[in-house]
Amino acid sequence: MSTASAKAMAYDNKGILGTLGRDGLLQIILIANTILMLFPIVIMIFSGFKSNPEIFNNPFAIPDFTNLSNYISVWTQTNFIRYLFNSVFVTGVSILSILVLGTMAAYAIARYEFFGASFILLFFMAGLTLPLKLAIIPLFILFRDLGILNTHWALVAVYVAMGLPSTVFIMTGFIRTLPRELEDAARMDGASELRIMWSVLLPLCRPALIISAIHNLVPIWNDFFFPLVFIQRDALKTLPQGLTAFMGEYTTNWGVMFAGLTLAAAPITVIYIILSRQFINGMTSGALK
Amino acid sequence: MPRLRLTGRGLWITALIVPPLAVMVTFVAYPILSALAYAFYDWQGLQRGEFVGFKHFHTVLFTEPFASWTRNAFINNVIVFFSLMVIQNGFGFVLAYALWRELPGAAFHRVAVFLPVVLSTVIIGFLWKLFFHPIFGPVNQIFRGMGLDFLAQPWLGQSSTALGSLIFVNAWAWVGFPTLVFLAGMQRIPTELLDAARMETNSEWVLIRKIVWPLVAPSATVVFILLFIGSFNWFELPYIMVGLDGSPYGSTDVLGLYFYRTAFGNQSAGVQDFGRGSALAVLTFMFIAVVAAFWTIRLRKREIQI
Repeated sequence: MSTASAKAMAYDNKGILGTLGRDGLLQIILIANTILMLFPIVIMIFSGFKSNPEIFNNPFAIPDFTNLSNYISVWTQTNFIRYLFNSVFVTGVSILSILVLGTMAAYAIARYEFFGASFILLFFMAGLTLPLKLAIIPLFILFRDLGILNTHWALVAVYVAMGLPSTVFIMTGFIRTLPRELEDAARMDGASELRIMWSVLLPLCRPALIISAIHNLVPIWNDFFFPLVFIQRDALKTLPQGLTAFMGEYTTNWGVMFAGLTLAAAPITVIYIILSRQFINGMTSGALK
Repeated sequence: MPRLRLTGRGLWITALIVPPLAVMVTFVAYPILSALAYAFYDWQGLQRGEFVGFKHFHTVLFTEPFASWTRNAFINNVIVFFSLMVIQNGFGFVLAYALWRELPGAAFHRVAVFLPVVLSTVIIGFLWKLFFHPIFGPVNQIFRGMGLDFLAQPWLGQSSTALGSLIFVNAWAWVGFPTLVFLAGMQRIPTELLDAARMETNSEWVLIRKIVWPLVAPSATVVFILLFIGSFNWFELPYIMVGLDGSPYGSTDVLGLYFYRTAFGNQSAGVQDFGRGSALAVLTFMFIAVVAAFWTIRLRKREIQI
C-alpha cells in the first residue's frame, strides 16, 4: 500500500498522505487505537455507577459518580474482600518463593563452576516452553496424594514451578554481568560465601529482582485455570475465580456486574499506571535478550 | 574461582541448587512424564486401572464421535492461531512502528495499548460478553445508533460469528504485547544504520522491509512462538464467554475446552475420563513441542546479527 501511495503522492499532493504526511496518518492510527483500547474500560467504569435502565437507555452517558450503591452491594453482599485477600496471599507467597529459589539457582549457576551447571540451566530453560496446563491431571492426583488439594498451597506450588524458569533465566543473565572483583575483594577479607552473596551481590541484583517479580506478578494474579481445578471451597477462591461465581449470581443486575468487574480490575490497573515502565519491561523481558 | 575450603564450597553450591531443582522435578518434570504414562491406562474416576496401550489415542483420533470432536477443536485452534497471527501480530507491528516514530503523545499511547494486557482474561471475557449482549450490549447499540442495523447481530450466539468475536476480543486484549516487544526490537536498531539506509532510499516501505523487519526478527521469533503455544492452549477466554461446550454447536470448541471436558466432566455429562483426557493432553503437547521446535529453528535461521 505504501509504495503505491508514495507514488501517488509524487503526482498528486492532495492525497490523504500528502495533506497529513505519513506521521499524521500514523498519529491517527495511534489515537484511534487508544480510543478503542480505553473506551470499553471507560464504559465499564461508568456503568458501575448506573442502574439497569440507565445502562440500557444511555449506555455512554456520564453517570452520577456519587451513586455508589452498586459498589456497596459488591462490597457488602459478596465475598469480594475474601477473594481479594486470597489473591494477595497466594500471589505474595508465590512471588517471594520464586525470587528466593530463583536467585539461589541463578547465583549458583552464574557464580560457580561446577559439574552439570550448564545441564541444570538447560533443565530450567526447558520449563520455559512447557505448558503446565497440560499436566493438570497428574498435578491433580499429586496434590490429592500430598493432601493439599483445595488449599492455597496447591496454587503456590504450581505458580512457583511456572515462574522459576523465567526467573532463573533473567537472574542468571544479570548476575553474570556483575564484576568478579567485588566478591574477590570480600573473599580476601575472609567473608564467607553466604556473606558475599547476601551483603555484596544481592543488593546489586535489585533491578533484576524487580523485573522478575513483575514478570511473574501479572500471570499469577490473573490466573484462572489452576484455581478452577484445584479450589472448590468458596472461602479459598482467588479474585478471578470468585468473579465467575459472582457474575453467575448477578446475571440480571448489570450495574452490579460492571461494578464488580471494575473493582476486580482496580488493584492491578492502579499499580500498572503507577509503575507502567517497570510493568512493560518486566512483562516483555522474557521475549527479549 | 575460589579454591579454598573445597568441601564447604561443594556443600554451599548443593544447598543453593537443590531446593529449586527439587521444585522443578516434583511439579514440572514428574507431572509431565506422568501425563505421558497416564494416557496408557484405564481410569475409574481417580483410580488407575489396567494398562491398555494405545487404546485412548486410537479412541480420540479414530473412533466416532470423539474423532470428529478432536478434529473440530483442532481446526478451530488452527483458525484462531492464523487469525491472531495476522490481526494481533500484524496490527502490533503497525502500532509498534507508529510508536517508534516518537510522535507527540507516544508515551501515553504506549501505556494505553498495554493496559488490557495486565487485566485478567476473566475480566476481559465477562466485559465483552456483556458488550456483545444482543439487545442491551453497547456493541449492537452503537451499530443501531449508526444506522447499521444489519450489523446488530447476536455475535456470540450464532455459529457464523462466535469464533470471530472471540478472536477479536483476544486481539483487543493482547495486541499490546507484540506491539511493545516489536517496539523494543526497533528501538535497538542503531541510528547510524538507519541514517545510512535513508541515504540509499527515500521509500520508507523499502526501509521497513530491508532493514527494520530483518532486525526485529529475533523479537518476532519469540512473539510467534508464544502466540503459537498460547493459541493451542486457548482456554480461559472461550470458557468465560461461550462456556465449556464451545457453544453454539461446538463452533467455538477448542482443544483446551475439549480436554477439560474430557478430563473433568461438565454439568451436562458428569463423566470424567482421565485416560482419554491424558491422551488428548499428550497429543496436544507433542504437537506444540514438535512444531514449536522446528519453527524456532527455521525462524532463528533468518535472523541476522548486526
